Amino acid sequence: MQAEAEVVLDMRGISKSFPGVKALDNVQLSLKKGSVMALMGENGAGKSTLMKILFGMYSRDSGTITLDGQDVQFDSALDALENGVTMIHQELAPILHRSVAENIWLGREPVKGPLGLVDHDKMWADSQNLLRSLDLDMDPKKRMCELTVAQMQMVEIAKAISYNARIIIMDEPTSSLTDKEVKHLFEIIRRLKEEGVSIVYISHKMDEIFQICDEITVFRDGQYISCVYSRDTSQSELINMMVGRELKDMFVRESHHIGEPMLTVHKLTLEGKFHNVSFSVRKGEIFGIAGLVGAGRTELIETIFGVNQKSSGTIFVDGKEVDIPSPSTAIEHGMALLTEDRRQTGLSLMLSVEDNGCIANIDNYINKFKLLDLVRLRKETREECQKIRVKTPSMSTPIGNLSGGNQQKVLLARWLLTQPEILFLDEPTRGIDVGAKAEIYKLVSQLAAQGKTVIMVSSEMPELLGLCDRIMVMHDGKAKGILSHEEASQETIMDIALN
Amino acid sequence: MSNPALSTGGQHLSTDEKKVLIKSIISKYGIYFVFLGLVLFMSIMHPAFLTVNNILNIIRQVTSIGLIALGVTIIIITRGIDLSSGSVLALVSVIAASLAQNPDWGARMYPALPMLPIVVPIVVGLAIGALCGGINGFFVAKTGIPPFIATLGMMIVARGAAMIYSDGRPVSSLTPEYNFIGQGEILGIPFPVILFAIMAVLCYILLNHTRFGKYVYAIGGNEQAAHVSGINVGKYKILVYILGGVMSALAALVLSARISSGQPGLGNMFELDAIAAATIGGVSHSGGIGTIQGTVVGALIIGVLNNGLDLLNVSAYWQMVIKGVIIVAAVVFDMRKNARKS
Repeated sequence: MQAEAEVVLDMRGISKSFPGVKALDNVQLSLKKGSVMALMGENGAGKSTLMKILFGMYSRDSGTITLDGQDVQFDSALDALENGVTMIHQELAPILHRSVAENIWLGREPVKGPLGLVDHDKMWADSQNLLRSLDLDMDPKKRMCELTVAQMQMVEIAKAISYNARIIIMDEPTSSLTDKEVKHLFEIIRRLKEEGVSIVYISHKMDEIFQICDEITVFRDGQYISCVYSRDTSQSELINMMVGRELKDMFVRESHHIGEPMLTVHKLTLEGKFHNVSFSVRKGEIFGIAGLVGAGRTELIETIFGVNQKSSGTIFVDGKEVDIPSPSTAIEHGMALLTEDRRQTGLSLMLSVEDNGCIANIDNYINKFKLLDLVRLRKETREECQKIRVKTPSMSTPIGNLSGGNQQKVLLARWLLTQPEILFLDEPTRGIDVGAKAEIYKLVSQLAAQGKTVIMVSSEMPELLGLCDRIMVMHDGKAKGILSHEEASQETIMDIALN
Repeated sequence: MSNPALSTGGQHLSTDEKKVLIKSIISKYGIYFVFLGLVLFMSIMHPAFLTVNNILNIIRQVTSIGLIALGVTIIIITRGIDLSSGSVLALVSVIAASLAQNPDWGARMYPALPMLPIVVPIVVGLAIGALCGGINGFFVAKTGIPPFIATLGMMIVARGAAMIYSDGRPVSSLTPEYNFIGQGEILGIPFPVILFAIMAVLCYILLNHTRFGKYVYAIGGNEQAAHVSGINVGKYKILVYILGGVMSALAALVLSARISSGQPGLGNMFELDAIAAATIGGVSHSGGIGTIQGTVVGALIIGVLNNGLDLLNVSAYWQMVIKGVIIVAAVVFDMRKNARKS
């Protein structure tokens, strides 16, 4: 490894406040030529804020940024791009109904002739070359909306590379990529390194960090904690740095009594999504559903919850056959669904923590005048949020201002307020930090200990293996088998999924 | 759960904290300051402005638009829009007026009709408004066409229906009871002003103290999330548009009673003034944000502008230009206010 490579980017003493929050407090980051720097920390640690300052999206309150030995100040993303800094954003923002090529060259379309008309031929050709150089098999004339999310992400990466940047910021670039595409991305990163490009890599995924990163900078609560070589550290040391405390055991399985069958699904089918799925979950049981993205897991629990209309099959709750045409009926039957995509189907970002928390439980606060008992509503919503340790400046803070983990906890509070007997959790820890994950795991096992039925869909094997009493493996719309806690391992699950 | 960095109640605020505090006050109450400033300005410019009579006059003049604005506020909070208010107003005005004509008037629309109790034209008028709104809501909720299109259709249809019903002529000579709705006074306060105040308070309660209100904000905030949270989104959308239609009908009663005539051309462009009032008052067209008090102030700002500019002898043409500029400026201000969170 090039130990004394020159420093391309040096950020020092950076501070940034938002109304009510000190997002960054005197942090630093130093990036060497041709190396990959991981930026780690819990959600809300300030990683994205620092990167947005570097990229000119936020202005800093204090501190210096030195690029190739010169002080710089980017006032806009355009400024940053012109100076060879690009960023792959965590949240994709493709223009869905325009082509891949138009998305890549957006804002810098090649033009020709005296009228400055867009040179489409050149645009197609350039895109073709770019995609081919990255071994991406994609038609640049295809519209973005025809691509899978993973392909969109790869287009985003191609776009960042097309700026011929010296520094590429990657904010959770693999969040929607499959293993194969992650490997592909890493090959691209290695090639970029050889060409002398430096990369800031933000991710929660430890194995990726150790595979691809040379150095690791850790932030916690807006403060700089440490910068270490990845070969000199370990996963547990990193977690300690990130959360500031020992995470002895992420999965504490509370002893819980497993009772009578609570939810039974018999030969449930949603045409085109899943077929003849049958299973039965008992009171006090944590039931995991494993499988690859696209296996039909989300569709399955959404169908039970009445979001989709089943094509055939029967559902029994507590021994009685039920018909669930809509989520409101599901809620009446004591069900709750924490959805997969917080932003799409969970949060109202501009509304307060309180309004987001109470919305599924409004019926319980209507008094005899048909008005809301706001006092009780506020009290109970606040108490539920406190009980599961939501960190927020106040209950009237817009939920968009909270970190992902806290947003997820508010959504969990939303459902716990309805006092459900059956909880569906769809990727409950996606995109949240280690500390919040551990808290959610603890909550889930507490709920089971209280006799609730928990059905959890997850793509993270360790949490399924750590928490669940039984795991059903789905593949291509079919239930391939159910494993007990003792039988289940990464290998047995993959074995079932792929056979 | 308290964060020490956030306690703004203490006495020892740093200058930074003061700045943040002042900023948040301005962004929250900015529209009220604008209103006060405007009133102050007009009072200084013209002695007749700040008199009880003139103030009541201003409020009375904005009641029709104000009533519509209350309804459209709630619609916009759900991420909708209602372009049909002015036309629905016209339709309701001719139908209600036709049921409230003086029995001794020779050119009555229904010569054989006996003198009806005053509740008949009122109830029929409100029902027509509710029906029009319900049709809007049905198409928005059940077919998924954009509210802009659904209500644009209703805007044209209702105007046409008003023309057909009245044969393009005013429906005049209304009973004194009916005229009271627009011209009457209670304790020296014009009845329309009282009606507007009552409706504003009711809408405030509706939005802030009922399940309906919470659901309106939730639907505007994130429709899918509202659906998954067990809210019957379609039903509440229909209700919201029905409410909008009823508010247009109320405005129709007030306006036709004031001029003692139902007219098919009445309320032309009122929907735009109402949307403007709501928008000036801080209702966000991206949904989920807006208050009744803001809209009331927005309507009053429009009233003060109309009245004040009249007093100052500004020509009607210039008044339009000034109003247009102010509406856009208000939205720009609003966007800046909301841009801070990301």
